[in-house]
Amino acid sequence: MTNRHSAIACISRMLQFILVQNRQGKTRLAKYYTPYDDEEKVKLKGEVHRLVAPRDQKYQSNFVEFRNFKIVYRRYAGLFFCVCVDSNDNELAYLEAIHFFVEVLDTFFGNVCELDLVFNFYKVYAILDEVFLAGEIEETSKDVVLHRLEFLDRLE
Amino acid sequence: MSSLKSFIKSVRAAKTMADERAVIQKESAAIRTSFREDFTDTHMRRQNIAKLLYLFTLGERTHFGQIECLKLLATSKFSDKRLGYLGTMLLLDENQEVLTLVTNSLKNDLNHPNQYVVGLALCTLGNIASQEMARDLFTDVEKLVVTQNPYLRKKAALCAMRIIRKVPELQERFVDKAKSLLGDHHHGVLICGMTLVYDLCLEDANLIPQFRQFIPSLIRQLKSLTTSGYAPEHDVAGVSDPFLQVKILRLLRVLGRGDQSATEQMNDILAQIATNTDSSKNVGNSILYEAVLTILDIDADSGLRVLGINILGRFLGNKDNNVKYVGLNTLSKVVELEPNAVQRHRNTILECLHDADISIRRRALDLSFDLINDQNVRVLVRELLVFLESADTEFKANMTVQICIAADKYAPNKRWHIDTVLRVLKLAGNYVSEQIISQFIALVSNTTSMHLYTVQKLYSLLRSDITQEGLTLAGTWVIGEYGDELLKAGAFEDEETMLDVKEADVVQIFDSILHSTYATQTVQEYVLDALAKLSTRMSDPGQIERIRRLISSQTTALDVEIQQRAVEYAALFGHDDIRRGVLEKMPAAVIREDRKLQPEKKAAVKGGVPKPQPKSETDILLDLMSGDEDAAAPSSRVSPANGDLLAMALGGGGALPSVPTRATNGKTNGNPSDLLADVFGGGSVSAATSPSQQANGQQTITDILGLFSTPSPSAPSPPVPVPAPAPVVDAPASGQTYPAYTAYDQNGLSLTLQPIRDATTPAGVVNIVASFANTGPDALDHITFQVAVPKTQQVELRPISKPDLAPGETASQAVRVTASVGAQVRLRLRVSFGRNGHDVVDQMVFNQFPADLLAS
Repeated sequence: MTNRHSAIACISRMLQFILVQNRQGKTRLAKYYTPYDDEEKVKLKGEVHRLVAPRDQKYQSNFVEFRNFKIVYRRYAGLFFCVCVDSNDNELAYLEAIHFFVEVLDTFFGNVCELDLVFNFYKVYAILDEVFLAGEIEETSKDVVLHRLEFLDRLE
Repeated sequence: MSSLKSFIKSVRAAKTMADERAVIQKESAAIRTSFREDFTDTHMRRQNIAKLLYLFTLGERTHFGQIECLKLLATSKFSDKRLGYLGTMLLLDENQEVLTLVTNSLKNDLNHPNQYVVGLALCTLGNIASQEMARDLFTDVEKLVVTQNPYLRKKAALCAMRIIRKVPELQERFVDKAKSLLGDHHHGVLICGMTLVYDLCLEDANLIPQFRQFIPSLIRQLKSLTTSGYAPEHDVAGVSDPFLQVKILRLLRVLGRGDQSATEQMNDILAQIATNTDSSKNVGNSILYEAVLTILDIDADSGLRVLGINILGRFLGNKDNNVKYVGLNTLSKVVELEPNAVQRHRNTILECLHDADISIRRRALDLSFDLINDQNVRVLVRELLVFLESADTEFKANMTVQICIAADKYAPNKRWHIDTVLRVLKLAGNYVSEQIISQFIALVSNTTSMHLYTVQKLYSLLRSDITQEGLTLAGTWVIGEYGDELLKAGAFEDEETMLDVKEADVVQIFDSILHSTYATQTVQEYVLDALAKLSTRMSDPGQIERIRRLISSQTTALDVEIQQRAVEYAALFGHDDIRRGVLEKMPAAVIREDRKLQPEKKAAVKGGVPKPQPKSETDILLDLMSGDEDAAAPSSRVSPANGDLLAMALGGGGALPSVPTRATNGKTNGNPSDLLADVFGGGSVSAATSPSQQANGQQTITDILGLFSTPSPSAPSPPVPVPAPAPVVDAPASGQTYPAYTAYDQNGLSLTLQPIRDATTPAGVVNIVASFANTGPDALDHITFQVAVPKTQQVELRPISKPDLAPGETASQAVRVTASVGAQVRLRLRVSFGRNGHDVVDQMVFNQFPADLLAS
């Protein structure tokens, strides 16, 4: 418990968490790379949804300040893909990273939609673990990730 | 038990929140029961864990499933293991105690022959490793960092990163292995390796020099990425592996920082990236952005730095708001380092003020204020004033402050300065702070040559608009004070229209302000002051009578402050001989540096808090004596000598009609108006002895002081307490013993003054012991006691022995008065203290000391 506080203060180069929410604020994916307790998680989700959902898609940037961090988000149809990053980090690169993840999902499910994420949520987590690890991007080749997932599924 | 799919379906089918909760709770209960009963059925367990993970995603409580989840790890079946690790990563975090149970499974699986199982274990370790796990498992990870399998290498590299974050002393175990990763051919491994090295460098700056040897190879990699052409595997919109490029640039930044030779090696490739990267898409801009950060962070040569700033400048012109946002953000960070290069993009920055995105506008605004200097102040302030008119309401208050600060700091001349503040008042008069108005008044009163210009401008502005409170306040004060100049100059031309200035017109303006819906309490107070002053600056008896009627109409005002002013001014009409003197022009205000406007919001944004200016003791006293006025409000604060205090006290009082008092003051007791009341309590006596026409305010004050030297001043308004019999005080034996006189006994505080003179006391000097006793049931805190004497005498105060008194406690304070031999000692006292959370402030005149106190 003791190093929770210092962890947030000194680790500044990674994702804090990734959330995928729909327009109503229902969470479709939640992955935390720093520990939060249950109440905190509920609060985070609510706050992020309220920050991101009302923003104008056309006239507003895809970055919102959030506590001491920054939310970088992208909207795909009715889904918001949000990552919480250090406020000095390269926001533009994270936009690319989100897009990369979504492209992997898209290829994996073949034209992904919200329902795919709902019914195959455990697969989505598995895909996420092949793209991000310990809050850092791990692989930037779509083929490598998909190839890997194919193997993993074959082992099941 | 239903399947996962049907559970999800039934959750989705729920029509209301209550239905959904019911479904979830039913299933959650079923899962718990199943955990208790079917502890052998692995199929059931799998299904339950899968549902549990769905519950987790919904944000439900899942702690009861943690142990079941760990059971899955121990199985040999891959699919069970996979689900188990997935669940472990989601349901547990580094702070959970059961995590220790995972260590053993991880240990086994890290050495598993199947690379996919090892991969799962590494993934889990990387995401949730605690400090103990890091210590227990780092040797296994060490081996995996250099394994043949690139898939495991990259995961192990990130695990290593996590391990050294948790246990920094393990760094050295990984330094050499991290070096081997920097030359890897697999992009995924390279990226993870760079992340590891970057993290090592951040954790321990001493490691940086040994990684500098890799700069040439990093540069080579970057070069091949930028020139290799199309590489389908890592292509993103025509750019080859932007993620890797960003990582390399970032690592170069850490390695090049503060090292000249490292920096020189990088100049070329940075210039190349800065010029050749395609900036039409986000992906290219993300690389450009990273490159600019590196250029600005290392000591790159100046040409390159300018190039970097220019890229940011170009960002501002981008159609994509994200890129604009990043550009503005970064420019604000570097504006202090590279002011000239940033200045060149002034126009683009100003254009961003009109962007559709408020966060862009906010950033552009902050940056614009940072850019103002003495060369561009005219241009920039003009632009900002244009923006002020249409700016978002939430920006206005801060903008008015910032513009006024800029004008104050860089004004090329007074005329421009005054014009600028007038524009601010006109455009955003409802958002200006009181401080801006008092600063403006101070500015005007110090600029004699501009009096006529300012008063005419304000007259013209007020004729067309009385809705802006700030403008009304400033205009009211200035017209009241310099109304005679306005009237003397007569009709004038403003913006191509001729304006008549007749006494009736001027009074009419105030009449309409007073009776408009815009007359806030402060406005009404200002108007009363101005009208009183104008009554001495006009000559038409009809108009003076009208002013009198206007003032009288407020004597029944509901607000006590307004009523008091009205009553006092109305009473002043009964004393024509002194009215003129009392309402003379104010001396020019002293503008104090420490009270200048502070950019509040800006300071907060930059993470600093504006420091409260330390006040000297004298300042506090002066402030109190002039009735809690803002420094800039004109009142005579010429010399801080104690001897002048009374003069000042009265200066504050005598000059009151021209002193705007804060509406929120609330402490009626502390207002100079009390002093005025006191003065007029004895007014008729003093007036009879003083010539009624005086050349300036200071002299008037001196003359009012005549009050104190008249042999029999009429009693001031507070009832004079009867001298109390002396309590026993241990006065020096050789000295003459005087009784202690009760000066104050209200609100639970009793104050007595006992003069002490003995053989050693020089002639004309008296020591006075002020004794405080808390006679009430409540504690009193922050007792302050102040004494003022007439101008010819001097007073010295020691600090009070105890500023906070519990019931029954006592304290004392020494006072020393120096006067001429034989003079009568008269004191004006002011006591303030806190009681039950309320501030009590009282002032009184004390003149009960024997007339022969200083006789010898």
